Amino acid sequence: MNINKIAQHLNSLLSDSETGLAFDCLPIDGDVDVLQINVVGREEIPVFLSITENQVLCVSYLWGASEVKDGQLANMHTSMLEMNIPMPLSSFAKIGDKYAIFGALSINSTFSDIEQEISTLSNNALEIIEDMNEFLI
Amino acid sequence: MSIFKKIMTAVRGGVNDAAEDIIDANSTRIFEQEIRDCGNHLTKAKRDLTGVMAEEMAAGRNVERVQKEITEHEGYVTQALGKGDDALALQVAEKIANLESQLAAEQQGYDSYKSSSARLKSLVKKTEQQLAEYKRQLSMVKTTESVQKATSAITDNFSSSNSKLLNAKDSLERIKAKQQKFDDKMKAAETLESEGSDASLEAKLKEAGIGESQSNANSVLERLKAKK
Repeated sequence: MNINKIAQHLNSLLSDSETGLAFDCLPIDGDVDVLQINVVGREEIPVFLSITENQVLCVSYLWGASEVKDGQLANMHTSMLEMNIPMPLSSFAKIGDKYAIFGALSINSTFSDIEQEISTLSNNALEIIEDMNEFLI
Repeated sequence: MSIFKKIMTAVRGGVNDAAEDIIDANSTRIFEQEIRDCGNHLTKAKRDLTGVMAEEMAAGRNVERVQKEITEHEGYVTQALGKGDDALALQVAEKIANLESQLAAEQQGYDSYKSSSARLKSLVKKTEQQLAEYKRQLSMVKTTESVQKATSAITDNFSSSNSKLLNAKDSLERIKAKQQKFDDKMKAAETLESEGSDASLEAKLKEAGIGESQSNANSVLERLKAKK
């Protein structure tokens, strides 16, 4: 499994994806291979995919720590922890000063699994921003 | 310090400097070497275990063989005594005494192999657990490193392409607006399509001479004739 194959697969789906979303993938140069996956119509919140030794990681950045309303940090954290289990397939994380949502898959996942993961992650990302609205500037 | 704590400390302390590795590459290499060594020990311990288990089985068979021989000879003593041949019975009894000391020696050997194999088995199991734990820790370190590198690649990409991460709420609003626009377009397309199908139905009716009558020269002439 490598990111170029994933990119080719996702790009080739066009509008025939199982999940009804269309993807536009572009690899990003760096020390590790990262694939930026834009879901058509949702380009503002892309999904980033990278492959480590034993897992495929999909990450979307949600908001920066500076976007949290004063005095609401603890409430937001509690709500996020409470939402973590009900939220299908994805979990919350903090990377540097940004909150993120991510899903980790086995390195042996199929293209279909990865497509499912990215779609779910994108849906979850939009939903959680909506749900956490009250805590954000 | 547990690996979790190390990672936490490193992430909190050094995440702003993307160039700095979470856990320095050298200690990761040392750790990988430790894992390889551990794996080699495990292979050796397993090989030793196989040898000891084979010896244990062989010793076990010897014990059984001698025990069987003793039982046989005890039978001979009874038979000799039954025939009143005490001298023969004594001879056989001496043989039994020899066999018994042989049995004790065999049993001792067997017990020692048995305890060795039990010790090696538990050692192999412990090493396997240790190895799995090392591998899990290494995977955590490597994943942390990889995520950090990926993050810096993503950040660099954003700054080089002059696009920046929007405020989350703004992003959501934009996405929703696009979705709304798309929905509106779909609706408009549907309306157009249905209007289009009405129009084509009318045309068919007209062709069949049903519905609004068509005015043509003949009908005008007829009408004027009737007026006269």
